Amino acid sequence: MPLAPAITDLEQLKEHPAIVRLRGWNPSSVVGAKFDRDEMSIYVERSLIREACALLRDDAKCPFNYLADVTCVDWYPAEPRFEVVYHLLSIPNKERVRLKVRLSGDSPAVESVTPIWPSANFFEREVYDLFGVRFTGHPYLRRIQMPETWEGHPLRKDYPVEGYR
Amino acid sequence: MAHLNATPVLEPGQDRTMILNMGPQHPSTHGVLRVILEIDGETIVRIMPDIGYLHTGIEKTCEAKFYQQVVPLTDRIDYLCPMTNNLCYVLAVEKLLGLEIPPKAQWLRVLLNELTRINSHLVWLGTHAMDIGALTVFLYCFREREDILRLFEAVSGQRMMTSYFRIGGVALEPPLDFFDRVRDFANRFPSKVDEYENLLTGNPIWVMRTKGVAKITAEDAIALGASGPTLRGSGVDIDLRRDMPYSGYENFKFKVPLAQEGDVFARYQCRVQELRESIAIVQQALDGMPQGPIKADAPKVVLPDREKMKTQMEALIYHFKIITEGFSVPAGEVYQAVESPRGEMGYYVVSDGTAKPYRVHMRSACLANLQLLEKMCEGRLIADVVAAIGSIDIVLGEIDR
Repeated sequence: MPLAPAITDLEQLKEHPAIVRLRGWNPSSVVGAKFDRDEMSIYVERSLIREACALLRDDAKCPFNYLADVTCVDWYPAEPRFEVVYHLLSIPNKERVRLKVRLSGDSPAVESVTPIWPSANFFEREVYDLFGVRFTGHPYLRRIQMPETWEGHPLRKDYPVEGYR
Repeated sequence: MAHLNATPVLEPGQDRTMILNMGPQHPSTHGVLRVILEIDGETIVRIMPDIGYLHTGIEKTCEAKFYQQVVPLTDRIDYLCPMTNNLCYVLAVEKLLGLEIPPKAQWLRVLLNELTRINSHLVWLGTHAMDIGALTVFLYCFREREDILRLFEAVSGQRMMTSYFRIGGVALEPPLDFFDRVRDFANRFPSKVDEYENLLTGNPIWVMRTKGVAKITAEDAIALGASGPTLRGSGVDIDLRRDMPYSGYENFKFKVPLAQEGDVFARYQCRVQELRESIAIVQQALDGMPQGPIKADAPKVVLPDREKMKTQMEALIYHFKIITEGFSVPAGEVYQAVESPRGEMGYYVVSDGTAKPYRVHMRSACLANLQLLEKMCEGRLIADVVAAIGSIDIVLGEIDR
């Protein structure tokens, strides 16, 4: 089964219900999209992620009511360096969508989605702990896996696999 | 481990309350979970799980390995369901590669996955009942678990860390008498489930300790990210095997057990019914097991048979190249989710086109389920915390990774 090439043209993907919904609300909220290997990724404007999540959660036709996961990818040394990745699931419609926010390398910060889904609490703490991305408005942003006194963020690409010795 | 040297996480809010540490060495916390409780007498005022004692940085390690070298690492994440971890990871990489898997390999994977689910649920049932005080069940459960571990040993050579699924198929042909042994087990097992249920389901002490305890509504469960039997115990009807089938699950007929009450007993019922459904899937897999190869026809990705290496130059070259340089995977990203015994297990794999994954992230069902603990326990007694922790079936290896 040969791979179909990824579709990255927003115009071709504008029919997707989540994109229709987001652009109908605020045309500048969607900054890009990608359809690859049957999976939909939507790049969302950094400052609008919380409202975008609330909008998709409360959609009448296709509510993405379940936050499956929040994680991050470090594209060091490229800029914008961090991509925070949200995996949403619609339990009634059995559909998935991936939201992404790009963040710059110096003092990366994004609004927390904990007011929308309390489940984001541990996920965001883990991203903060291992990548050093700050989530503003998070109720308890402290390290979760590493010791409180740990220096550095181990999953960053400029952090050696063996650690600092 | 987050708060070992720092200020205490919880401080007493009022004069009446005190802080109590449960774990990380407490037997009912299944490993190394630390729970910090603020209590007023026996009543929980606040509760906070503290994790990280088993953090091994597996996600970071994966980035330094070839794609095929990651498979043994995945066993060690959730050590009670190694095959489910294997499956989720290899499905993600196969999706990145666009590999087609032969039917026999898919059916074998389903069969072993359901045996893994039974194995995991047996450990859960035994330890959960033991936490609450029913010691006998533990011995019964481990008797059957031993049978499953022997089957795993027969098929993969390992009892627990099997690493049997490989990118492109499975590692070896199962031994000749393997299917007969599985069938023998599958025929015996339903009566054993009756035995467990005889001991627990109608037992007044068990019912008093579990019914109405640690209740959670469907709305709260969804908002807090619960999945698997923990979510279905609150009446939310979702099972990824049925709703978003993978690895040929669309060919199997099974019911998804549901319960409405959302308490410890409801979750217990869901899992016990799942034992019966899983053994039904095993029976179907045995009946319909297709013939054919167990590995995909992709010489650049799948290791050649030993016999071929001795006679064909090309097979030897491919073997050498896969072992020394790995194989490159087209750039892209994939989120693959499977229904693990504990809920939605997801692997998010990002490839940059090289032979090593750029990023591997495991979505842990337990990590999300653990967030329910606060809602379940507040205002209840300390003894209920033990029942609640058992009922969400935590595995710390998966939570901390």
